[in-house]
Amino acid sequence: MAIRRAMSGRIMDRTAVVGARYMSSWWRSVQPAPKDPILGVTEAFLADQSPDKVNVGVGAYRDDNGKPVVLECVREAERRIAGNLNMEYLPMGGSVKMVEETLKLAYGENSELIKEKRIAAVQALSGTGACRLFADFQKRFCPDSQIYIPVPTWANHHNIWRDAQVPQKTYHYYHPESKGLDFAAMIDDIKNAPNGSFFLLHACAHNPTGVDPSEEQWREISHHIKAKGHFAFFDMAYQGFASGDPEKDAKAIRIFLEDGHHIGIAQSYAKNMGLYGQRVGCLSVLCEDEKQAVAVKSQLQQLARPMYSNPPVHGAVIVSTILSDPDLKKQWLKEVKVMADRIIGMRTALRGNLEKLGSPLSWQHITNQIGMFCYSGLTPEQVDRLTNEFHIYMTRNGRISMAGVTTGNVKYLANAIHEVTK
Amino acid sequence: MRPEFTSPSSSSSSSADRRLNALVRHLATPSMVSQTAVAFSPTSGFHGDSVFSHVVRAPEDPILGVTVAYNKDPSPVKLNLGVGAYRTEEGKPLVLNVVRKAEQMLLNDKSRVKEYLPIVGIAEFNKLSAQLIFGADSPAIRENRVTTVQCLSGTGSLRVGAEFLARHYHQKTIYIPQPTWGNHPKVFTLAGLSVKTYRYYDPTTRGLNFQGLLEDLGSAPSGSIVLLHACAHNPTGVDPTLQQWEQIRQLMRSKALLPFFDSAYQGFASGNLDEDAQSIRMFVTDGGECFVAQSYAKNMGLYGERVGALSVVCTAADVASKVESQLKLVIRPMFSNPPIHGASIVATILKDSNMFNEWTIELKAMADRIISMRKQLFDALRARGTPGDWSHIIKQIGMFTFTGLNSKQVEFMTREYHIYMTSDGRISMAGLSSKTVPHLADAIHAAVTRMT
Repeated sequence: MAIRRAMSGRIMDRTAVVGARYMSSWWRSVQPAPKDPILGVTEAFLADQSPDKVNVGVGAYRDDNGKPVVLECVREAERRIAGNLNMEYLPMGGSVKMVEETLKLAYGENSELIKEKRIAAVQALSGTGACRLFADFQKRFCPDSQIYIPVPTWANHHNIWRDAQVPQKTYHYYHPESKGLDFAAMIDDIKNAPNGSFFLLHACAHNPTGVDPSEEQWREISHHIKAKGHFAFFDMAYQGFASGDPEKDAKAIRIFLEDGHHIGIAQSYAKNMGLYGQRVGCLSVLCEDEKQAVAVKSQLQQLARPMYSNPPVHGAVIVSTILSDPDLKKQWLKEVKVMADRIIGMRTALRGNLEKLGSPLSWQHITNQIGMFCYSGLTPEQVDRLTNEFHIYMTRNGRISMAGVTTGNVKYLANAIHEVTK
Repeated sequence: MRPEFTSPSSSSSSSADRRLNALVRHLATPSMVSQTAVAFSPTSGFHGDSVFSHVVRAPEDPILGVTVAYNKDPSPVKLNLGVGAYRTEEGKPLVLNVVRKAEQMLLNDKSRVKEYLPIVGIAEFNKLSAQLIFGADSPAIRENRVTTVQCLSGTGSLRVGAEFLARHYHQKTIYIPQPTWGNHPKVFTLAGLSVKTYRYYDPTTRGLNFQGLLEDLGSAPSGSIVLLHACAHNPTGVDPTLQQWEQIRQLMRSKALLPFFDSAYQGFASGNLDEDAQSIRMFVTDGGECFVAQSYAKNMGLYGERVGALSVVCTAADVASKVESQLKLVIRPMFSNPPIHGASIVATILKDSNMFNEWTIELKAMADRIISMRKQLFDALRARGTPGDWSHIIKQIGMFTFTGLNSKQVEFMTREYHIYMTSDGRISMAGLSSKTVPHLADAIHAAVTRMT
């Protein structure tokens, strides 16, 4: 009795805190979430003290000194903007100017579709935000639809459509034995999917494999998708980065447009303008006519409003400043080519080094694959050895970010890969 | 017979196969292809139907639509009292000096890059934001019981918090005040919560319906989430007194109701940052848990940069850490990581004591100008002998005044006087100046005397 009174006395001292749940939390049962498989790699890399460490994990471009790059055209755009921009809210659909320029990149400088105002387009939070907005839109307006996602794909694609509550299926894409495209199986999956399914396609520089269909293969894919009345949604995160030429990298999209598809596109400036942290992108949906484009755009805005109200202005103004100035645009195209060429050079160097070391395996795929990533074919165990023994960091699916390879580390990297695969 | 596309039997197309397929494709005429198309796919075709044909045009956003209408109006005396964005005496948007300074510093720092931020944003920004709202000496911060993640302004912070709650909290209902910011219901609904309301505004007194509020919160199921405007209630400008806040706190804690604060006007209400955070700090001092959505849109004038933070105050550090890891799972499939520019500006300002002081002075100047506009409008209506009690104009707090005008009167004011405001009678005081107060007073006077 005395004890209970003493205890209650202590509790009574806190009458000022009537009813506060200061003893237990509502969140006790919340489980710690698993680390993001991609971003967790950089965390681990940063924590490593070894002077030899190499980060070929996250897909962010590095120059030949392993340093992140801010493009000169971006620095110039920022100089022009600084002090002049008021920070008023953009419209819900974002910067009109930025979106206009962005559509030209994807659909063509003189696209009739743009002139006919048939494209519903809004500024989005980089590629992620564009995909998510589309997924939410798909859920709302085609609630019975499902999305077909290639195997493998960027891991976050699964998260995005899951959070949008759109059921997902997969289609064959990567062929491990050849380290190329499993074209026959991919076509079969397209044919076997129920009519009117949604297909997620990587417009160029497939992430994580670097394996892209050839032009002829794209034409066939387009034909079969059309025959089934499927919806083609393109994630284009690497335009310009794959071949060095943005027009060339948009080829798949242009083929589908020629064939009359009503496509959707997620575009990102994270890599090709080096604007990663600015979160600049665009979602577009090609419609039957202007009236429908207006309707679709208004509905996309309805989805953006309860998510973030309107998109960030700074990065968008950088983009529109560059793309609407012919000189700055030219400079940008040059700088993109430099980045793409460096990566192509590193592919050649890595393959060359491995062959010189007398590796028994074929490393042809390193130069066959395109874009920022190389799907090395390394097993998770081999990747773990690379990390533990050689301080080389990559995602466990064996994806190497070629952007992290330099003339300074390519020999070391080749050596290490040879060691764990010989 | 229609030539079939032969799928190559080997998994990688040999060049011979590719050439064959290319040939075949050229042979297949459009009419042959469309036959197949018609047979299998009613929704596609050459001049095809879109799968989104049925999408209808959405109505204009009621708040943002006001500015759209204003922009279309050619009248030289038009006045935009719609969106809550601050305007100077000259009617211009304002970028704070201290913000310009911070911008220059960032521009001149050649070591700055534009890399991805971590999923939770800038660590320094998060830490400073928590200190700003909870107080640097807050026990919750000292004890590491707060997790703060950078989000896209107030909207984004609310949405991320709501999505977390919809996934991890046992109660899926949130109570929002009647009325509230027009976007609140959709934010919570799309996040997966169901929305109910509690009485808040009393139209007869143009003040707080405190009894109704207590009753409604009192009858909410235990554990329900409750949205609270930390200060400067939007749209009414009606805030509880500190004593009323204490009563609200006691009631909520006794019923284990979970507070979710929307703090969009810290510093803007009274002109003092700490004062405007009192309501929130009460709920942290008592040791309990809460959610706080912070926005820098208004108080730092960073509107379009979308800078904000979501804080979750937990009762234990390990819990806060687990919560943070789950918040990341909400953020990653929404936008991956937050935008760097605006948050960098905020961090630059908050961590430098001189810049911080400069900011508080500029903030107070904005708040004071608004308070002065309230006084001027009140005086102008009194001078005109406009019928009715207009004291609520000076009693209400923050950027907005809930005039009490009905939608017909609002429509009249727009039509005859080119005054743009939301149809609920809310006016943004920030859009007024000494020059334009007389015009508004005339319009209100006319609306009240000619339209009932």
